[in-house]
Amino acid sequence: MNTPLSSSAFEYAPAPESRSLVDIAPSYGLFIDGEFTEAADGKVFKTVSPSSEEVLSEVSRAGAADVDRAVAAARRAFASWSALPGAERAKYLFRIARIIQERSRELAVLESLDNGKPIKETRDTDLPLVAAHFFYYAGWADKLEHAGFGAAPRPLGVAGQVIPWNFPLLMLAWKIAPALATGNTVVLKPAETTPLSALFFADICRQAGLPRGVVNILTGYGDTGGALVAHEDVNKVAFTGSTAVGKQIARTVAGTDKKLTLELGGKGANIVFDDAPLDQAVEGIVTGIFFNQGQVCCAGSRLLVQESVEEELLDALKSRLSTLRLGDPLDKNTDIGAINSAEQLARITSLADRGEAEGAERWTADCPLPSAGYWFAPTLFTKVTQAHTVARDEIFGPVLSVLTFRTPEEAVAKANNSAYGLSAGIWTEKGSRILAVAERLRAGVIWANTFNKFDPTSPFGGYKESGYGREGGRHGLEAYLDV
Amino acid sequence: MSDKSAKAPQKPAKPGRSAKAAKKDQPGTGAGTATAPARPGRLAVFKTYKLYVGGKFPRSESGRVYEVTDSEDQWLANAPRASRKDARDAVVAARKAFGGWAGKTAYNRGQILYRVAEMLEGRREQFTEEVAAAEGLSRAAAAEVVDAAVDRWVWYAGWTDKVAQIVGGGNPVAGPFFNLSSPEPTGVVTVLAPQESSLLGLVSVLAPVIATGNTAVLVASEKAPLPALSLAEVLATSDLPGGVVNILSGRTEELAGPLAAHQDVNALDLTGAEDPQLAKALEVAAADNLKRVLRPGTDGDWHADPGTHRLTAFLETKTVWHPTGSLGASGSAY
Repeated sequence: MNTPLSSSAFEYAPAPESRSLVDIAPSYGLFIDGEFTEAADGKVFKTVSPSSEEVLSEVSRAGAADVDRAVAAARRAFASWSALPGAERAKYLFRIARIIQERSRELAVLESLDNGKPIKETRDTDLPLVAAHFFYYAGWADKLEHAGFGAAPRPLGVAGQVIPWNFPLLMLAWKIAPALATGNTVVLKPAETTPLSALFFADICRQAGLPRGVVNILTGYGDTGGALVAHEDVNKVAFTGSTAVGKQIARTVAGTDKKLTLELGGKGANIVFDDAPLDQAVEGIVTGIFFNQGQVCCAGSRLLVQESVEEELLDALKSRLSTLRLGDPLDKNTDIGAINSAEQLARITSLADRGEAEGAERWTADCPLPSAGYWFAPTLFTKVTQAHTVARDEIFGPVLSVLTFRTPEEAVAKANNSAYGLSAGIWTEKGSRILAVAERLRAGVIWANTFNKFDPTSPFGGYKESGYGREGGRHGLEAYLDV
Repeated sequence: MSDKSAKAPQKPAKPGRSAKAAKKDQPGTGAGTATAPARPGRLAVFKTYKLYVGGKFPRSESGRVYEVTDSEDQWLANAPRASRKDARDAVVAARKAFGGWAGKTAYNRGQILYRVAEMLEGRREQFTEEVAAAEGLSRAAAAEVVDAAVDRWVWYAGWTDKVAQIVGGGNPVAGPFFNLSSPEPTGVVTVLAPQESSLLGLVSVLAPVIATGNTAVLVASEKAPLPALSLAEVLATSDLPGGVVNILSGRTEELAGPLAAHQDVNALDLTGAEDPQLAKALEVAAADNLKRVLRPGTDGDWHADPGTHRLTAFLETKTVWHPTGSLGASGSAY
């Protein structure tokens, strides 16, 4: 099942995680006012496993009437939830954090199945961060007067939240934990290709005894999200997703009192200087662009390498990529899982083709792909110029564009030459250079001699067209307070 | 003109620069120039009000001006009616100035803002006259406004090297990493100055934008632009690098549209967009490159404690990670 990319790699026996750890029902309703309920018009859609195209379940597709119902439920719940002493709200969130820890293996398997990402990542990255996020914000609930937002900061009301498919449960945590800690109630719409973990989270809310209506989950497509953010009784909109949709949401909420935070696309520059520890840099580059199949808004999708070490670095990188293991997401040895959907695979394929057509040189790891499911082998482009599409557009896939530079000034100029400004990486042994370059990069998160690290205490968010507002840390409270 | 109380009312009318001025028997002392009563028989020197762009004082490239009147509809001066080309020039100047201004030490920015207060203090009389005329205030009330405006520069001068400690800091991540969040300016900010408060409101919206290292393109109050245009003279003599603040006068709607849609503007303060439909249209235009938008109506009394929300409105948070490494398994780090 598991396919090493190179015959010279160690042969691993399959080590699949047990699918039986999770019990997926054949169908799910919407979670409104503490109950699972069908969509008013009875519409449903199917969610498939991207690694096998197997239908996992059928879920309700929320329409405008369901959005009304969910917002009304959240509004009813808001009065008592926001009036609850912070210490009591905190305990609900601590309960949720603990139940997530208890059920983390089940949720990791579920997330791998529905999203296509390797179990190694859901188990070791997504789920621990999800639990930590709830645990962190739980502690804020009764300390808000110490957070620097005034003596008695008030919640906003009903938060309408729309999240993407790349980290379904983690993005849910980033949205729901700070919203509830600050006393808001939420209506959350997960992505149409990954609805299941949010519905399991609804069950966790039930187990935690969370009052009805405090959390409502509406599964559906873009039209559901559109109706939610446009709903006139929503006070706060939080969105993570594409820049194009983010702009549309900004237009929708213009002229209203709704508070808006957006966490959008990126084209992160990963800058490798000639004095960098190259072996570590190679690992960082791999983490930067092949973590989660590159379907990461803060991916280091542009490698900027100093000219003098380009050849050495690329040789080492290609050799490392040839050892990555692509295949069954539930196999514990798998490094590269499936692309989330046929639509996303088509987008990646088309942008990679454009890269070739525009004259960049394509290298793809020699790697057989499974016959069913959506797969894309790790790919890199050399001879890329700044004008190339693959250097400018977010591909959101396992595709790395390699550019070179001679001086730190040139590296900074090229790194900043983007409409985005979410993340960047710096690899060098020279401390003063790290600080100088970090200061001049126009990006919200800078990883120096590391990449793609996340923590609930660490604010995350972008400059420029990567959106606005920060999630995580004390900063993340501001988006949900009337300040 | 504001100097009517100071002038001998029996003075013979002299030919004014407009019918309105002549009608009111207020021969041309010229707005902003009358810090002392004109001697009988001496014709005052008018000031030509100009834009402030890139540290220079150009006329509008369009050659247009419009009449500015006082609260009793008496002619005060002609102000430049800036065009969209002037607005674009101002953005170019602001962008050019951004790197240098953001790169200055916070201490240095604080001293320059304090210098603005010093220069404004020295022109209290002039601004008292202008504010009284612009807002229809008594001399005493206008003087109070000017004093408050001076004090506001001092308040923000003191914030430049403190805001990072208020909103930034280290984050205790669960791993072997150094992790620091710092505020940084968002870039070029378009500010629509409040329409009613021609000096104190203006300073209250402008000072926090530049205190944190942003550069500004400011659209002055449409009906009372003269204090803003005179403030440019203060800024130009305060060691503030050219282009950090650019001041345009004219029709708010005409200038705000292109600025809200400008792809090299990072943020938009809508305070002066009084018409909700205009504010909405500008916010929609601003979404094209995801400008940070400060909606109108967040401020009431400009004399009140300004708080920090205007400082933080145009800040980005940058978070830098670095591994902390290890001293080895054998020994204690302590």
